[in-house]
Formats: sequence, C-alpha cells, structure tokens
Amino acid sequence: MSKPAAIPDDIDAARALMEDQSYVADRGLATAVFLALRLERPLFLEGEAGVGKTEIAKVLAAGLGRRLIRLQCYEGLDVASAVYEWNYARQMVEIRIAEAAGETDRDLLGTEIFTDRFLIRRPLLQALEPEIEGSPVLLIDELDRADEPFEAFLLEVLSDYQITIPEIGTVKAATPPIVVITSNRTREIHDALKRRCFYHWIDYPDGARELAILKAKLPGADQRLSRAVVAFVQRLRQRDLFKLPGVAETLDWTNALIQLDALTLDADTVDSTLGVLLKYQDDIARVRGSEAANILAEIKADLAVAG
Amino acid sequence: MNGGDGPGQDHGGRLVANIMHFARALRAAGLPIGPGRVIEAVRAVETAGIGNRDDFYWTLHAVFVNRRDQRELFDQCFHVFWRDPRLLERMLALLLPSLDGVREPDDQSALSRRLRDALSAGDGGNKRETLEEDKIEIDAALTSSDRELLAKRDFEQMSADEEARAKRVIARLGLPILDVATRRHAPDPHGPRIDMRASLRAAMRSGSGIIPLRLRAPRRRHPPLVVLCDISGSMSRYSRLFLHFMHAITNDRDRVHTFLFGTRLTNVTRLLRHRDVDLALKAVGEAVEDWDGGTRIGACLRRFNLSWSRRVLGQGAVVLFVSDGLDREAGAGLGREIERLHKSCRRLIWLNPLLRYAGFEPKSLGVRAILPHVDEFRPVHDLESLDDLARALARPGERKLEGGRSWRQAS
Repeated sequence: MSKPAAIPDDIDAARALMEDQSYVADRGLATAVFLALRLERPLFLEGEAGVGKTEIAKVLAAGLGRRLIRLQCYEGLDVASAVYEWNYARQMVEIRIAEAAGETDRDLLGTEIFTDRFLIRRPLLQALEPEIEGSPVLLIDELDRADEPFEAFLLEVLSDYQITIPEIGTVKAATPPIVVITSNRTREIHDALKRRCFYHWIDYPDGARELAILKAKLPGADQRLSRAVVAFVQRLRQRDLFKLPGVAETLDWTNALIQLDALTLDADTVDSTLGVLLKYQDDIARVRGSEAANILAEIKADLAVAG
Repeated sequence: MNGGDGPGQDHGGRLVANIMHFARALRAAGLPIGPGRVIEAVRAVETAGIGNRDDFYWTLHAVFVNRRDQRELFDQCFHVFWRDPRLLERMLALLLPSLDGVREPDDQSALSRRLRDALSAGDGGNKRETLEEDKIEIDAALTSSDRELLAKRDFEQMSADEEARAKRVIARLGLPILDVATRRHAPDPHGPRIDMRASLRAAMRSGSGIIPLRLRAPRRRHPPLVVLCDISGSMSRYSRLFLHFMHAITNDRDRVHTFLFGTRLTNVTRLLRHRDVDLALKAVGEAVEDWDGGTRIGACLRRFNLSWSRRVLGQGAVVLFVSDGLDREAGAGLGREIERLHKSCRRLIWLNPLLRYAGFEPKSLGVRAILPHVDEFRPVHDLESLDDLARALARPGERKLEGGRSWRQAS
C-alpha cells in the first residue's frame, strides 16, 4: 500500500489518480468519483457484470493509500454479519465467573458484559473507526443481492455515517469513510438510498478506451493482437447475445490468447477459446463457427482500411 | 473549491436559479428530484467548477440521475435547456404536433414525448400556432413503420354488471403462491435455532444465573412474481379479465412485475401500481399498442430474456405465463427462449384459456414448443378458474410439469 495521498482537487486529478492505478476512466466516471470524494458522499455504481465497478473501490484505496473494507452482500445479510455481533461465548464465561465470585448486582453485570470488550466488529462498524492513514474505503459490493431490510438499514449508516448499538449507544465516524456501492441491477435499489449517493452507470467502454484499458492492464500484450481482440469484442457486443462480454472477459481472453502464444486471431483460436469470453452455452453455440468467422472477416477489413 | 473567479462566483445567483429551473424541468419530466437534490447539485457544481460544458453535464448527471433509464431523458433535457432556455420553447412548439394520436416508433420517442409533455405543461395556447405546418412532415416520419394491427383498448366499455362482478371476485382474490424460507430469522418460541443475543438479554433481565433460551426460525416470504400476459387477437376475449387479475395481484403484494406482449413486449408494472383499477387499466390501455394483433411469442420472450430477466427474475421469481400458445411465427425460436426462461426462474406456470375445451390437444407448434418447459399447466378463462388457480398455487409445487403430463405425451 502506498503512502496516504490527498483527495484530488479537480476532476483531472481524480482521473489521474485512477490512471496511476491503471484504471482508465471516462470523464463522466471521473466526475462522479471526484464529487463523491470531495463532498463525502457515497458513490453508487451500476453496470453490467465485468465493467470494473468493484475495481474502482480497489483503485481508490490503493491510490489514496487507504484501507479497503469490503462487504459482500448476499440474501439474508443481517446486522450480526454486516455491522457487529456480541461475543456470546465470552459473555457467558463472564457471567459464570461473576456467579462464582458471588456477584449479584444484575445491573452492574449487564453493563459489564455489553461493553466494547465483547463486541465483534464487522465491516460497517470497522469502516466508521478512525485510522492513521485516513478514513478507509468501504466497498459495499453487489447491494442488489442483499434484501430490502438491509438496504433500509444502510440509510442511517450512509446519511449520517453512524451506527446505533442499543446496548452501547451511537457510534459516529469522525471522518466519514469513502463509500463505494456497486449493483448488478438484478433488482432496483430503492430511490431513498440512491438519493444519498452520486450515481454513475458504467457502460461498456468504446474501442479506444478498451484498447487503453488493455494496454494499461496487460502491457506485455502484442499491439496487433490487442487491437484485433478489442475489435472482435466490440463487434460481439453489437450482437444479440444473452450475456455480453465485459471488460473483465476481454482481459481474460487476451491473457488466454497470450498464454496460447497466439499472435493473431484466427477462426480456430477463437472457436477454442470462446468459453473465456462468453458464459452461456446458447451464446457460444450462436457465435462459434460461421458467426465468429464473419466477425473476423469484418475486423480484418476494418484493420486493413485503418492500416 | 477551485475556480474561485469562475462563472459560478460571478453569476452565482443566476446559475443557482437556472439549476433550479433545470431541476424543475427534470422533475416535470418525471425524474424524482426534490429540493434537497437541487441544493446538492449547486454544491456539486461549486465543487467541480464549470470548466467546460462536459464537466458541467457530468456533474449534474451525477446528482440528478439515479437510474439507468433516466439517462436519455436527462441527456435530452440538458441539451435543450442549457443551450438556450428560450430555445426550449421553440423546440416545444416544433414537437407538439406529433403528440396527437400518432403512434411513436419506439421507446426513445416515448421518452421525448414525456419530456415534451413535461416541458409544455403550463404553456399557453400560443405554441400551437406552428402546429399545422409541421404536422405533415412529422406524421410522415412516424407512420411509415410496419403492419402491426394497432388498436387502443377502451376499458370503459365494460358493462356495469360485469364490472361489479369482476371487482367482487377479484377483491377477495389473494394469490397465495407458496412462501419460501428466507435466510433471515424472526423470533419464534418453537424455532429450530437459538437466538443468542435475545437469550443473553433475557438472562440479564432474570438475573438468576439461568439463561432462558430464546429461539428463532427462518422468516418465510413469497418469492417475486412475474406475469407475462399475451394480449394478441386470439386472447382478446380474456385480456380485460386478466388485466383486472393482474391489477389485483400487483396491488396485493410487493415484488410483482407485469409484462404484456403481442407483437412487442411492454412493461406495465408501474401503470398497474395505481390503486384505482379503472385509472390503472386506462393507463395500460393507452401505453400498450399491440392490442388484439398477432403474436410473436418467441420474439417477445427473447426481448424479455435479454433485457428484463436478469433484473426481475434475480431472486427466484415465479413466472405466470398467460397465453394460448398460438404463435404467428409457428413456434419459430420459441422453444429455445422458453427453455431459457424456465431455467432462469423458480417455477414457470402456464395459464392457458384454451384448456377449458375438453377436446384441446396440443397440436399447435407454439404449444408443443412451450409444453416441455413449463412446471405447471392450468386452465384460466374466467373468474372461477382464477380462484381455483389461487388455491392450487398455495400448495408447494414441484419443479416438473403438473397436470399436463397427458398433454405432453399426446404431443
């Protein structure tokens, strides 16, 4: 982890910060990131799978030299696993010891076993605690997988950066954490939550940006191969597929092609590695063979024109 | 804050007022924007500075947009508004003619229609002056599309008697589709698990050295419900009934999504959310444009699978597929799409009005394509059968074709 860096002063600085961590962002995303950092509000990112939503939190943590706290959401995620839990075993031992010592004052015992010592901190509570290098980056990943009650709970956390623990009181962050929330949109997140955030929909990148991403992430890749890969994927995204390949798939595919020592795309290589790019059998069956050959012919013509 | 001597500082007052007017225009166009957001927008613009138009765009975008489908509306509104607020009026005047009874070619223009409606609200009649001369041109652009049979359905035609009866039956129609256990727990004195936290609190309260066990059990909840209803010509006798039915279940519970299809797929969930059934159905009647036309089940399901399934089937939804299975395209591509649908949901229930005829045999290619992929197959043609359906769905179902095995064998 690098040294703590200052919050960027303008949009260009925010963009540069992400570029330093080899994340190629467009202007819209950089603006949203900048505003979220500057105005200390959560950043809400939506987009198809594999367009680099989660990556932004990692990039911000690394770029700003902050700790990354990740909360992966799932159905039934509750306070005990997201915020805090009492250490019941220790509490029971404590009660037993108190009994053995002849402690009879109930109130005293009550205040003793519900204290900080017996508290197990989960990600959300951890994120509110002060750290030497500055407030941490809190990544709430795939919020759409959690259920609505949890979303409602997040409202208090995200608007006031505080959590109420009935037995202790309210824990408030001295400096608010940098919050990044991602969603794959398997359901709509309630407006009340989105209203508290800066929203950005991350689209599939265009050809130039995807090429830049490839270059930043896989500097070793052959230029011609990268160009062909990007052209192929871009064309594939115009097809009517059930699941379009994301940037993550492009990177995986390029990596796979490098491992196979492929220097150019040809029909055989494409067919045999299509599983890296497409994740549904219907889609693979649709593209494999003639469709792939068509796309290859198209990009060959294009690249020839471009020189 | 940067740009201390930028335009934000010089014309602070005007800019703030303009942002407010812009927000009002967006709000009128249907974006949920309150005063809090306007303040937020002003702060954001102050923070980011107004270096160039692009940054300004994205700054407002980050504040005002919070759903993907609002992007187009925002984009249109932004470009119209910030170019020259007076241009807006001229644009409006230009766009008004196509409002009257002309079918819009696609979603995009439905959006701009909303924007147009919003922006024209409160305007006087003087804009209408330019109406006539533009009319011919725009009409020509919009009517040349295709040969779908378009007809607006008028729900006011329902007879008073019919309506009263329908309302009576539908009002008591809950659709108790089986509950499923969630991973969340609720206190339950006979639950299978110990609630440690509640137990320890209770121990503190009793103070006798005994820890009284508190138990909990998984909470149960009905899964999301997705209704896909065929409104083509062959289904026209039933579609009014089904709309009442869908309105009842949409308002009965949360997490219901309703789609109508004939030659195209329309999401009518939000329209059906209206409490008043007449208003809701009127809105649906106006929004849907392929009433009583042909059916392209395969194409519509494909559209659903591609653009909606991941968003509405995410949490183990039960799908009610209401159709007679008569497909204009003779089942072309239908098998693959219905299979994909079946694999994406918890349970696929096919409601078929034709099933009431004793001699019904799955001869049609559409029916034969669908049949292997449904979990349950039921008649539904009048209110009584809807009632039966409600009862049948209350019991836990298995993931296989029920009640239709003989049909499958016959096919």
